[in-house]
Amino acid sequence: MADASYPTDLLYHPEHDWARIDGDVATLGITWFAQDALGEVVFFDPPAVGATTTAGESYAEVESVKAVSDVIAPLSGEIVEVNAALGDGPEAINDDPYGGGWLVKVRLTDVSETDALLDAATYEASL
Amino acid sequence: MAATPRRTPLFDRHVAAGARLVDFAGWEMPVQYAGIRAEHAAVRERAGIFDVSHMGEIETSGPAAAALLQELLSNDVEQLAVGGAQYSVLCREDGGVLDDLFTYRLAPERYLTVTNASNHARDLAWFERHADGRDVLVEDKLEDFAMLAIQGPLAREYVQAFSDAPLPERFTVATRELAGHTALVCGTGYTGEDGVEVLCSPEAAGAIWDESVRRGAEPAGLGARDTLRLEVCYHLYGNDLMESRGPIEAGLGWCCKEDTGFIGADAVRAVRAAGPAERLVPFTLTGTGIARQGNPVVGGGEVTSGTLSPSLGIGIGMAYLPAARAQTGEAFEIDVRGRVRPAVVADRPLYERPTA
Repeated sequence: MADASYPTDLLYHPEHDWARIDGDVATLGITWFAQDALGEVVFFDPPAVGATTTAGESYAEVESVKAVSDVIAPLSGEIVEVNAALGDGPEAINDDPYGGGWLVKVRLTDVSETDALLDAATYEASL
Repeated sequence: MAATPRRTPLFDRHVAAGARLVDFAGWEMPVQYAGIRAEHAAVRERAGIFDVSHMGEIETSGPAAAALLQELLSNDVEQLAVGGAQYSVLCREDGGVLDDLFTYRLAPERYLTVTNASNHARDLAWFERHADGRDVLVEDKLEDFAMLAIQGPLAREYVQAFSDAPLPERFTVATRELAGHTALVCGTGYTGEDGVEVLCSPEAAGAIWDESVRRGAEPAGLGARDTLRLEVCYHLYGNDLMESRGPIEAGLGWCCKEDTGFIGADAVRAVRAAGPAERLVPFTLTGTGIARQGNPVVGGGEVTSGTLSPSLGIGIGMAYLPAARAQTGEAFEIDVRGRVRPAVVADRPLYERPTA
């Protein structure tokens, strides 16, 4: 993805992760800033369906050629779906971080945690 | 507070080319420009150019130069002819490896040794300490040289176009005028591809870089340098070589000639005779995942280098394994941050140029 973008329909965590809320299910991923800082993602091993995420804690790793980076969960919940397509095509995390590069979907345990997340403008201003 | 990193003469060009810079051994160096995999492919398919000016140089000259080097370097310096290049390791008395080096013989009594950036100060002190009292001059030439590596199947063609004379063959060195600037051109490299390494004055580096790039050599950074060398199983000091292990364990017995009596020779001879307890071997992951430096091997051993191989598309690396397991075809497991990943010992090199 050539140019920085931060869709306004998403919520953001300061550790460079986004959440798309749909009722009590949130789709999670990393932001344009995070994928740009990482470089080419070459490996993503998704966590197991049924595992839990805790807001502010790492729930997975993305790997570039040179380094491993933790992915921080913006919200707490139970993982109900993972993006298995990233197994063959991890570069989607770079090319389409908010679409095809989504990482997991979680059923939220506390929707009020979204109050602590940032809107696009606030997150982008913090960079 | 860390000292401000140093910059090579090519720093402005790296910035202009969009490089992502990192602090490496106290130098602000390009890790990548277009991307590690694109740069890796450029070197394998055409030519890439690396700024390796952070590496150090030590010149050893005088009547006792050969004798001093014979004592310090593991290889047989008597076999190094004028205009030749020789690889060796530098060892402690107990055989532990201090550095791996290339030495070029520029004249009957004048040698130039290229050191790893992270070890330069230590190597220089080691050379100077052992030179004491002998008829030899040891000089730090770090500030006198910039160094570029142009590597790939088209590298020689590109550089030949602006050289005043045929480029030296593999493992030889010669003085040439490149783009009108005097340079030492060496038929050496760290990528497994053909090419040359150029030692020139800092003032000449820009012109030689520009000329190379103009003809098609693509800027390549330390990230690609690591994936390229690991695919052909070249050692990296600080990963595969360290003071706590000797050259026999590392598979570098071939460049050790104990009969020359180098510092550490007795220890190396003993390990060679008894067989080392562990050996450095190349491996591939047989499933998904990427092994990294420091990952333990289940049952004993450790990964010292690991990455995703851009050419092979799988995780590769090198690891020290107990000698009994260090055989091609041996299946083993690597603990990658708590997840056990299967691997297999492979032959070197892990990548070979297709011959068709």
